[in-house]
Amino acid sequence: MHYCGDFRTTYRKDMEIFQTPFIKVCMAVFLVFLLVLPVLKLKGEYLLKGAYLWILLQILIASIGAVGINILTGYTGQISLGQGAFLGVGAYTSAYITAKLGLSFWVGIPAAGLVTAMAGMVFGIPSLRLKGLYLAIATLASQFILEWIFLRWESVTGGSYGITIPRPSIAGYTFSTDRSYYYIVLAVAIVMILFAANLMRTRTGRAFMAVRDHYISAEIMGINLFKYRLLSFGISSFYAGVAGALFGHSLKYVSSEQFNIGVSIVYLAMIIIGGLGSIIGSIFGAVFMILLPKLLSVVTEAVAADYANIAKLAISFEHGIFGLIIILFLIFEPDGLAHRWKMVKAYWKLYPFSY
Amino acid sequence: MPLLRIDDIHLAFGGVKAINGVSIDVGRGRIHAIIGPNGAGKTSIFNCISCVYRPQQGTVTFQDRKITGMIPHRIARLGIARTFQNIALFHHMTVLDNLMLGRHLFLKRGFLSGGIFLGPARKEEIENRKIVEDIIDFLEIEKIRKKPVGTLPYGLRKRVELGRALSLRPRLLLLDEPMAGMNLEEKEDMARFILDINEEWGVTILLIEHDLGVVMDISHRVSVLDFGVKISEGEPGEVASDPHVIRAYIGEDDDFLRKLEAR
Repeated sequence: MHYCGDFRTTYRKDMEIFQTPFIKVCMAVFLVFLLVLPVLKLKGEYLLKGAYLWILLQILIASIGAVGINILTGYTGQISLGQGAFLGVGAYTSAYITAKLGLSFWVGIPAAGLVTAMAGMVFGIPSLRLKGLYLAIATLASQFILEWIFLRWESVTGGSYGITIPRPSIAGYTFSTDRSYYYIVLAVAIVMILFAANLMRTRTGRAFMAVRDHYISAEIMGINLFKYRLLSFGISSFYAGVAGALFGHSLKYVSSEQFNIGVSIVYLAMIIIGGLGSIIGSIFGAVFMILLPKLLSVVTEAVAADYANIAKLAISFEHGIFGLIIILFLIFEPDGLAHRWKMVKAYWKLYPFSY
Repeated sequence: MPLLRIDDIHLAFGGVKAINGVSIDVGRGRIHAIIGPNGAGKTSIFNCISCVYRPQQGTVTFQDRKITGMIPHRIARLGIARTFQNIALFHHMTVLDNLMLGRHLFLKRGFLSGGIFLGPARKEEIENRKIVEDIIDFLEIEKIRKKPVGTLPYGLRKRVELGRALSLRPRLLLLDEPMAGMNLEEKEDMARFILDINEEWGVTILLIEHDLGVVMDISHRVSVLDFGVKISEGEPGEVASDPHVIRAYIGEDDDFLRKLEAR
């Protein structure tokens, strides 16, 4: 659906991601907002306090990871329960390269992506024979195998002690504060999300979706299933690896319990809530899954402060409410936040003369 | 030399003999129909041509090249496209994306170039978009080009599936019941498209169809199958008056058919 008078006269124009001038302006404003938000000061204090900045940082990192799993599960239709472990592979790779080999962060991040892509493709080999829930169980196995490796391969991973890793630096300047590190993460996130959006609207992305929707007719149309299933695992894991490495460097510490099965499930929940097969949905999902528990804890702490006698109860309810909200979401918006977003946009396009 | 030669193929699933020694030659530039009652093995022949099934015996030759036993995704590269009996479109993708997917083999840029988009990948997308838009024009589906296929009515889906097959720019087009479940008007449209594809674009067409009226009107040659065996072949007029064919369809007693069934 287009605005009245929004005529596109070239295919090039018709293929743009941000199609109208209004949206282009909105995106530019949003980008500027993201750029200046951490440095805005009010009466000598940062507008965005340290704890909030941390949340924003984690949302950006989770967005990269969520886009990754959405490429595999949402676009190619291969359920993965191993995203947590793949994040771990990336984190450990970058940790090993920076902390133990003493190489730069700028080597560590791409290496983390590539090593994880390799690992993902190896664990993706069962996908050539297994589909649906069976594949989910196979990827669950990869989660456990990798977790075991994290814990046991002590010479590389530091075993249960984990590894302490440095923050990145360029030419003597170290991005030691969260505020400076934020800009690195923001840049990486923007590049990777745009890359994914482009990928999904060109040849490779269409092949992924074809494999998801009807693999037999995809094959008849000349798509090599073997190649595209593995490629999907590879690209998805590359995103997981980079996200994991950025996460590790944000904490300055990597250990195996940060990448357990719970993380995998949170990432799966992100894309289901955000919208399967949607880049913007992955970002919405990441925002939702990171922000909601924090908001809930703010609420419960406020309740606990005022009503001391139900304080314990309120805090223990937090997880229950979190679960409840997710269930309600799935009932009332099964197609995810991305779908809701589309509806809102469609509503305003026709406002006030809706049919 | 015919474009496609099916030479004495046998296909069995366990004890069930789906195809029992069928040979069909499809001449270049023809519209060739395969008809027959349900379970006669028509779709199995299509699956043998597109290598979804591998016949236990016999060969399929396309342009003097043996294709039996090839991997299915190689077949498209040779210039064979097909549609399915139960529409096999990509339901969550738009009509445009479905057709662009048909251009997959003609697009050359890999995922790195696709992710960067600007430059070669965009140029390639635009070039192929033009080709796809020609097909959209031809099939008169301009209005639905941005709609997800899953939201379309049945008749339009059939048309989109034809479009997807066409965007491969095939030499041979296999159509599995292109008119099934359509009303008269839709059938007439589809028949017109098939004739145009054949005459204007020079595509050889092999089709399976139950609507005998359509088959007799548009095809140059008809093969009749029953119980996995070819019981008749010829010009539409000849086939229509063949007593075996009449009996296979009407179900009168026929020693020849009973022997086939007993095998």
